[in-house]
Amino acid sequence: MPEHKMLTKRIGDINPLSIKDAMEKGSYKQFKKALSMERIDIIDEIEKANLRGRGGAGFPMHIKLMSTAKQEATPKYIVCNADEGEPGNFKDRYLMEKDPHMILEGMLIAAYAVGASRGFFYIRGEYDQAISIMKWAIEEAKEKGLLGKNINDSGFDFEMEVRTGAGSYVVGEEFAMIESIEGKSGRTRVKPPFPTDEGVFGMPTLLNNVETYCNLPFIVEMGGNNYKKIGTPTSTGTKLISLSGNITNPGVYEVPFGTTIREVIDTLGGGVPSDRKIKMVQLGGACGPIIPEFMLDMQIDYERFEEFESKTGAGAIIVMDDRQDLFEVLLRIVKFFEHESCGRCTPCREGHVHLEKLLRKFFKHDGTPNELYSLESLARVIHQSSLCGLGQSSPISIISTLGYFRNEFHDRMAFDGGEES
Amino acid sequence: MIKLKINGFDIEAKQGATVLETAKENGIDIPTLCYYPDLKINSDCRVCSVEISGSKNLQTACSTPVKEGMEVKTNTSKVYNARKTITELILANHDTNCTTCSRNLKCELQDLANTLGIDENRFEKVLEMDEVDNHNPSIYRNPNRCIKCGRCIEVCKDVEGTYVLENQGRSNEVKVAPKYGKYLSDEDCTFCGQCASVCPVAAITEKDDSQRVFDAINNPKKHVIVQVAPAIRVAIGEEFGHEAGGQWTGQLISALKRLGFDRVFDTDFTADLTIIEEGHELLERVKTGGTLPMMTSCCPGWINYAEQQHPDMLDHLSTCKSPQQMFGALAKTYYAESAKIDPEDMYVVSIMPCTAKKYEAARKEMQINESIQDVDAVLTTRELAKMIRSQGINFNNLKDGEFDTPFGITTGAAAIFGATGGVMEAALRTVSEVVNEKPLEKIEFKDVRGFDGIKEATVELGGNPVKVAVAHTLKHAETLISQVKAGKSEYAFIEVMTCPGGCVGGGGQPYGTTNKKRIERIESTYRVDGAMQIRKSHENPTIKKLYDDFLKEPLGKKSHTLLHTHYHPRHKKT
Ligand SMILES: Cc1cc2nc3c(=O)[nH]c(=O)nc-3n(C[C@H](O)[C@H](O)[C@H](O)COP(=O)(O)O)c2cc1C
Ligand code: SF4
Ligand code: SF4
Ligand code: SF4
Ligand code: SF4
Ligand code: FES
Repeated sequence: MPEHKMLTKRIGDINPLSIKDAMEKGSYKQFKKALSMERIDIIDEIEKANLRGRGGAGFPMHIKLMSTAKQEATPKYIVCNADEGEPGNFKDRYLMEKDPHMILEGMLIAAYAVGASRGFFYIRGEYDQAISIMKWAIEEAKEKGLLGKNINDSGFDFEMEVRTGAGSYVVGEEFAMIESIEGKSGRTRVKPPFPTDEGVFGMPTLLNNVETYCNLPFIVEMGGNNYKKIGTPTSTGTKLISLSGNITNPGVYEVPFGTTIREVIDTLGGGVPSDRKIKMVQLGGACGPIIPEFMLDMQIDYERFEEFESKTGAGAIIVMDDRQDLFEVLLRIVKFFEHESCGRCTPCREGHVHLEKLLRKFFKHDGTPNELYSLESLARVIHQSSLCGLGQSSPISIISTLGYFRNEFHDRMAFDGGEES
Repeated sequence: MIKLKINGFDIEAKQGATVLETAKENGIDIPTLCYYPDLKINSDCRVCSVEISGSKNLQTACSTPVKEGMEVKTNTSKVYNARKTITELILANHDTNCTTCSRNLKCELQDLANTLGIDENRFEKVLEMDEVDNHNPSIYRNPNRCIKCGRCIEVCKDVEGTYVLENQGRSNEVKVAPKYGKYLSDEDCTFCGQCASVCPVAAITEKDDSQRVFDAINNPKKHVIVQVAPAIRVAIGEEFGHEAGGQWTGQLISALKRLGFDRVFDTDFTADLTIIEEGHELLERVKTGGTLPMMTSCCPGWINYAEQQHPDMLDHLSTCKSPQQMFGALAKTYYAESAKIDPEDMYVVSIMPCTAKKYEAARKEMQINESIQDVDAVLTTRELAKMIRSQGINFNNLKDGEFDTPFGITTGAAAIFGATGGVMEAALRTVSEVVNEKPLEKIEFKDVRGFDGIKEATVELGGNPVKVAVAHTLKHAETLISQVKAGKSEYAFIEVMTCPGGCVGGGGQPYGTTNKKRIERIESTYRVDGAMQIRKSHENPTIKKLYDDFLKEPLGKKSHTLLHTHYHPRHKKT
């Protein structure tokens, strides 16, 4: 049984529009417990738990918490990244729509641990329903005195507001989001300084993904050492997977790290419909690697994914059966990034146009060996030298398929025997 | 000191230095495109990518601080391939036409392509041609050559505080363009040209007027005279391979004579005249309770800014025309009369460090009569250097020439007009002696010298302490303006120069102008002053003669019509 329901355990049982119901089923208990703990002890438990970011980059949560906590400048801010703009990902929406108070509780714990006084909940503009649910949840939490001044007589003040994005994918990137919160156009900044040093309005800022925050109540509840037992020694806890594509039962599934991709597809997703065969699977989302069927026994964990020069991504698994044309898929992905590039740095701004042009040649069975080299070298340059994660990860699909599906590129050359010399 | 390795060699670096700076100090050049000294580092072009131990991706040398134990590689094939690919990508979206481009052989992109040995482009041309902006007399924008490095945006915003240019759109449709409207002239652009001075390519340049000047020179009916601003002589040599910090007055004069100008005059002469008129205007305002603080009016970028942003402050501006315009006005009257030349047949060219001077010369207020402008054409230092080269004149071999009379005898006070604080110091030298009626003990006013954004000084005038202030860049001027607006300004007189360092750092000066070079030019300027026999404007004998023969008295009737002007509110932003 590959599923391990922790974050998603009460989903279905609770009414997302009722804080009363949520509280009866345990919400904010762990926050209240945290309020009685020393801040450093909370961070300590999270360090023991080895919680890593669930939004894509997999950065250890406690390091960010620690560096925000030790900043002397105030006010400090915390941001919840609920932009989820990457095709194939829908697990954050699921959490927001089904259990908003779990997220708020996680954010409150983090805010208390780092000493933040104001939170921004940044939701993708297209997520109408999630936006209204979160706004409602925040109102209810205010009424219950869980947000505002001197929460629970602890002397801890915390305000929270919802911000919405204007439909650009790149604002999901942390600095672009910070710029957008400041009212500027959503383009990234040069690092360092990192957000924990100079984030929103130049103040220390903790920025994490929805799912990352959701883990905090569980860590506070069970303690870091117990939490660590879930998953693998290096990738602890569970991961929400957005499963989509040519799959019998698409949806959000929660599995412990270490589960194989095949288990998710076959056992939870019910396999590929109508007896088709799996041709390839894209991991993480549009920016992730595309792997062939024979690799599906690989485990979902941070280390394995890094071998693809990619991060786990947000946990999407997109299944493509044998009817799918690789080049159509790649073209769709490249066009997405070409459009979403913020246009700031050269490789990403100028590069995607040419990735598209080169791919189109192969799509039309008209590639040449030289174009194959150009495509490969361009994809690598965009990957290695772009300024932000968008350009750094957008060519991963091409780079991975140039490895695993290279013959398909050969088959698409202008004349037979278009061998690479 | 920090120890690191670059390309395997042990290197020591200062804490806080970047990889780029450190490499350069150690003889390793890393190419750059968006980086520019003194500007905020954006790391957008990615051309300076290098390998740094511990990170899989390439890192940009311009933005990465050195760290103890760091290992940097600047010359691997991975690095080379990235730089080359990036440059090819830029070229594929660039109107590459070097031989017919104003930046040919003076272009950072061309240089880069050449250094990287790019002899063909793997990528197809994707450029979609866009309209060029030639709708103003100063600045020419060609978006088809823009490489989106962002330098112009930074200089306009962070250095000048004018926020005219911005990034628009996203993906490969990004444009660097005026914020409001289509053309710079739709905008509150001061035409300072700082953007043109930092642009690495021919996307923003001065509007080229050299052909008009050649046409005038070649027209036998025209008596073509030229004036040179103080800041040119301490910069022109840089165009011909010299380091900043020299002065090339004699060669400059000879070059102008060889170009075929009928007379070569010195704007310094009318700088002295400006001091007399402006000094008296200040004293008049003090005496009659006129608007104070009075603010200088010799910088046309500043005038544009004041008219656009502070229409309620125009009374503070001195009514004196700038030295350039005073020169033109006198040339076509006083000089024309004495040389018996019909002003219609006279063509006045000025060599200026400045693009805003082109706009100023074209203003309606700046004319002798409805059909004759004071000044007919303005050339920047860069345009002049090009003309010199184009005529096969070997600048470095020229013998020193001398200015022609009558506008050739000048003073040290005029020479320092080109440096921030110079106009103030020149004015103080004259005003103190006029008011105190005794020679100055110390002729140098060191408080108003130097590169600080805002400087102030207190001087004794007729027994009273009087405070003055100096600002360079409009961003710093804005601080002084807000004090005035809040009724908190303690100053009687304020000097404002738009460009960093004053005119020596103008938007028309040689490419590669940095604050370091500006400071060297300023120092050179003070050396020129120190070497002059006469160092106070009111002691200039030709100025005295001019008043005796022609103007009669400062602020008199002739002065009023020829040497003074007025200003108009003209705010563009909606
Ligand atoms: C182009 C781009 C888009 C991103 N979009 C998202 C997103 O929608 N949601 C998210 O949580 N993180 C996104 N990220 C990752 C964030 O920059 C950041 O690493 C993350 O929110 C940090 O939270 P975590 O440590 O909890 O994962 C994106 C990154 C890039 C480069
Ligand atoms: S990688 Fe793309 S999205 Fe990121 S800064 Fe560069 S142009 Fe913008
Ligand atoms: S801007 Fe530079 S690269 Fe472009 S055409 Fe001109 S000289 Fe050539
Ligand atoms: S000329 Fe000056 S004000 Fe105008 S855009 Fe350039 S830098 Fe800005
Ligand atoms: S106009 Fe020049 S300085 Fe401005 S972004 Fe374009 S290339 Fe850079
Ligand atoms: S010079 Fe470093 S990124 Fe442009």
